[in-house]
Amino acid sequence: MSCAAVKTTAPSVHSSAKPDATVNPCTLCAPLGAALATAGVRGAIPLLHGAQGCATYIRRYLISHFREPMDVASSSFGEAQTVFGGEDNLGRALDNVLKQYRPELVTVATTCLAETIGDDVPLLLTRYRTRTGSALPLVHAATPSYKDGHVEGFHSMVYALVKSLACDQGTPLRAVNLLPPLVSPADLRHLREIVDGFAVAATVLPDYADRLDGVILDQYRALPDGGTRAVDIASMPRALGSIDLTLTGRAPRASRLLAERGAPARVLGLPIGVRATDAMIESLADMTGAGRPAWLLGERGRLLDAYADGHKYVFGARVGLYGDPEFVAALAGFLLEIGARPVFCATGARNRALPEALAALPAGSVDEVLDDTDFESIGAACERHKPDLLMGSSKGYRMAHALGIPLLRIGFPIHDRLGAGRILHVGYRGTTRLFDELVNALLQRQQDASPVGFSYL
Amino acid sequence: MSFDLLKERRAQVVRNNRGGVVALDCNKASAAGSVSQRACTFCGSRVVLYPIADALHLVHGPVGCAAYTWDIRGALSSGPELHRISCSTDMREREVVFGGEQRLEASLRRLIAQHAPRAAFVYGTCIVGVIGDDVPAVCKRVEADVGIPVIPVLAEGFRGTKRDGYNAACGALLTLIGTGDTTAVTPQSINLLGDFNVAGESWIIRKYFEEMGVEVVSVLTGDGRVDEIRRAHGARLNVVQCAGSMTPLAKAMQERYGIPFIRVSFFGIEDTADALYRTAEHMNSPEIMEGARALVSREISRVLPELRVCKQDLAGKRAGLYVGGAFKAFSLVRALRQLGVSVVLAGTQTGSKEEYEELQAVCDEHTVIVDDTNPLELASFLVEQDVDVFIGGVKERPIAYKLGIGFCDHNHERKIALAGFDGALAFAREVRATATSPIWNLMPRRMRTAAMPMGDKR
Repeated sequence: MSCAAVKTTAPSVHSSAKPDATVNPCTLCAPLGAALATAGVRGAIPLLHGAQGCATYIRRYLISHFREPMDVASSSFGEAQTVFGGEDNLGRALDNVLKQYRPELVTVATTCLAETIGDDVPLLLTRYRTRTGSALPLVHAATPSYKDGHVEGFHSMVYALVKSLACDQGTPLRAVNLLPPLVSPADLRHLREIVDGFAVAATVLPDYADRLDGVILDQYRALPDGGTRAVDIASMPRALGSIDLTLTGRAPRASRLLAERGAPARVLGLPIGVRATDAMIESLADMTGAGRPAWLLGERGRLLDAYADGHKYVFGARVGLYGDPEFVAALAGFLLEIGARPVFCATGARNRALPEALAALPAGSVDEVLDDTDFESIGAACERHKPDLLMGSSKGYRMAHALGIPLLRIGFPIHDRLGAGRILHVGYRGTTRLFDELVNALLQRQQDASPVGFSYL
Repeated sequence: MSFDLLKERRAQVVRNNRGGVVALDCNKASAAGSVSQRACTFCGSRVVLYPIADALHLVHGPVGCAAYTWDIRGALSSGPELHRISCSTDMREREVVFGGEQRLEASLRRLIAQHAPRAAFVYGTCIVGVIGDDVPAVCKRVEADVGIPVIPVLAEGFRGTKRDGYNAACGALLTLIGTGDTTAVTPQSINLLGDFNVAGESWIIRKYFEEMGVEVVSVLTGDGRVDEIRRAHGARLNVVQCAGSMTPLAKAMQERYGIPFIRVSFFGIEDTADALYRTAEHMNSPEIMEGARALVSREISRVLPELRVCKQDLAGKRAGLYVGGAFKAFSLVRALRQLGVSVVLAGTQTGSKEEYEELQAVCDEHTVIVDDTNPLELASFLVEQDVDVFIGGVKERPIAYKLGIGFCDHNHERKIALAGFDGALAFAREVRATATSPIWNLMPRRMRTAAMPMGDKR
């Protein structure tokens, strides 16, 4: 890429972990990620070990984004459990969840409270199994929010699921494991479609596409259809390989564990942009030995055609990025590919891997990286860098509105617009949509600012 | 869906029976694993104090509790908007191990210097209660230096139910009340308790009182201001709307300052008229009563024609409702009845024994009444009771929509004011828009009943 406007200095990395308050957080808490990942397993329900509010807030939040039922159980700590431990309540909660939901699997993620009082959840779950004789898989992930936010909670639960379920060591399968970060149901569907294009079975973990973007019903389902079956998770080590779409992050990697158990892993970023999607396609072609499907090549060609039609409108455009680190890293690559400028890249995740991932981009691509940050600091970054446009979640709306900067909503959470689950970000197809939206947002800005407007591009 | 009511919840669900009131087993901790729609004690305190717009609200704990309550209520302000930012001490492992007092103090000092609030509330979350940070001591220390009240609100999530959080919020308000100068307060004056100015509702109600010649000293806490709250003890009467959250405060003010209180509601034209008349009665002034009469008759004749149109369209529809407190439920039952809609399912998160008795009295025969229910019970009763429109909040919405049932938001996030006479009309329009939308005819639930031989869904 040749872009004269790009500075050649290294980006300043700015960790705004402050000595005092966080104002307008750019992250949610770890158990939210764990609950969401659980919805990607068929017949699974998340149970949060702690006070009732955590489960309810998380439900409310996920419902605001996905607009689908999202049940999260709680062991509903009171004062007695806080003092004496939560074993009895955890047992009662499991009993009640089993009675009401008849799940195929229950995940137990810990809240700050349970972690602080030091409940040994694996031990409590073993005792529960012994006491009740239940053979139901119970998967535990430690998710204290004083350590990490929703992104790491999500990956911690995926790791826990693989660790406890992915144990088959039989004959190899013509299958590919796909481990996405927190993406939309539309993204999950399209990722699966791409793998299907190589005539292999895709095991996507987690896959909440059908549960969190479901059909209308006439009979309510306690646990909606959809999600990856436990039996398919079990056979993940027998796959041709795993494609791990998370570059950043610090939770232990499920893909590494799967590699140890027999399925070699490739760690790529989120496939947004031509180059990033090419990387995923190449990996799939290598793994499967199959040719690239014609429809995919067509989509690639149409994306390049769109780039040609719109390149001038985005050239040199100054874009501020914020949100989950994986989205921020992928969008930075996409913007550079089209000649736009990611002037700052910000995430609320406590994640040194974002600056590292961005360091792989050409020198001087990004002016500033903010990690472990909040919207108070992102607002200040907007003042410093004067972006033409922001790309990120609904959380930046008030800031964008106050500063008069247009906002393109992507990623999670989006709770002031309809259709968050239907936003396609990935693949050539998702990139085409993003590119059109980006160009049109810049055109809208130009039209709004013009006293006479214009009717044709 | 086959569904079994949990054994420990059986006494929290009753079917209304004119033969006599059945006592509900309520006001207790949620059953573990039930998937209650309730939040926590912290939430109760946070939602009540949230609308005070010129105060700093600092959540002391890990970041989640503040993140989930950022800009969560549509409580509007006519001036400062400090309440719409989310401040957290964002405790990390270090604070959990070594204590968070230092970080709390640094946060308070920085934010107070930066935003110049008229008071600061510090909310303690679960962790704080466990590690034993001395929040009141920190607050006292900072207060002495900065010259504004710095008030600890100790309502850790595990301390009890949401109702206990309301009590903690009332306690915090009581530390402010009585500290302001009331010499300018007129004798014909009230405080409005338990209105949160969601979508500007406090402004609607305030206008009514001002037109009647009644001074509104403070609204607790809609469009709230610290200095107004400090003068609240000068009012002649407390008019309590959200009785579930504000009765403890009203009782304490009666005890401490001798201010009587009345419980009212501004949802529905009947309840609004009743609230205005009863307030006027307490003012002991023929002019104010005359003002109330003039206002009520003018407003009713203004909104009634369109209400009648809505009623025609809604004839025979069946409603379900699940709300936070019982007093809103009573009003909604009456307001819906006025629209020709019968309530066949009614429940609350935090109702008391007496409130459920009253709810049973206002509801029709066979109405299902639930306390602290959960999504599976709601889904089951929505279908069983053949509900056309469900009224609740964000967490109830997808249950209705998933089944192809209309829904109306009557919670924090509504953008349309539903209080007063104009609010009653807005509510009727909302119910009509959702209950009579043609889309439901396409949904599997109605397609199936439409295909039945008699075509009669009842």
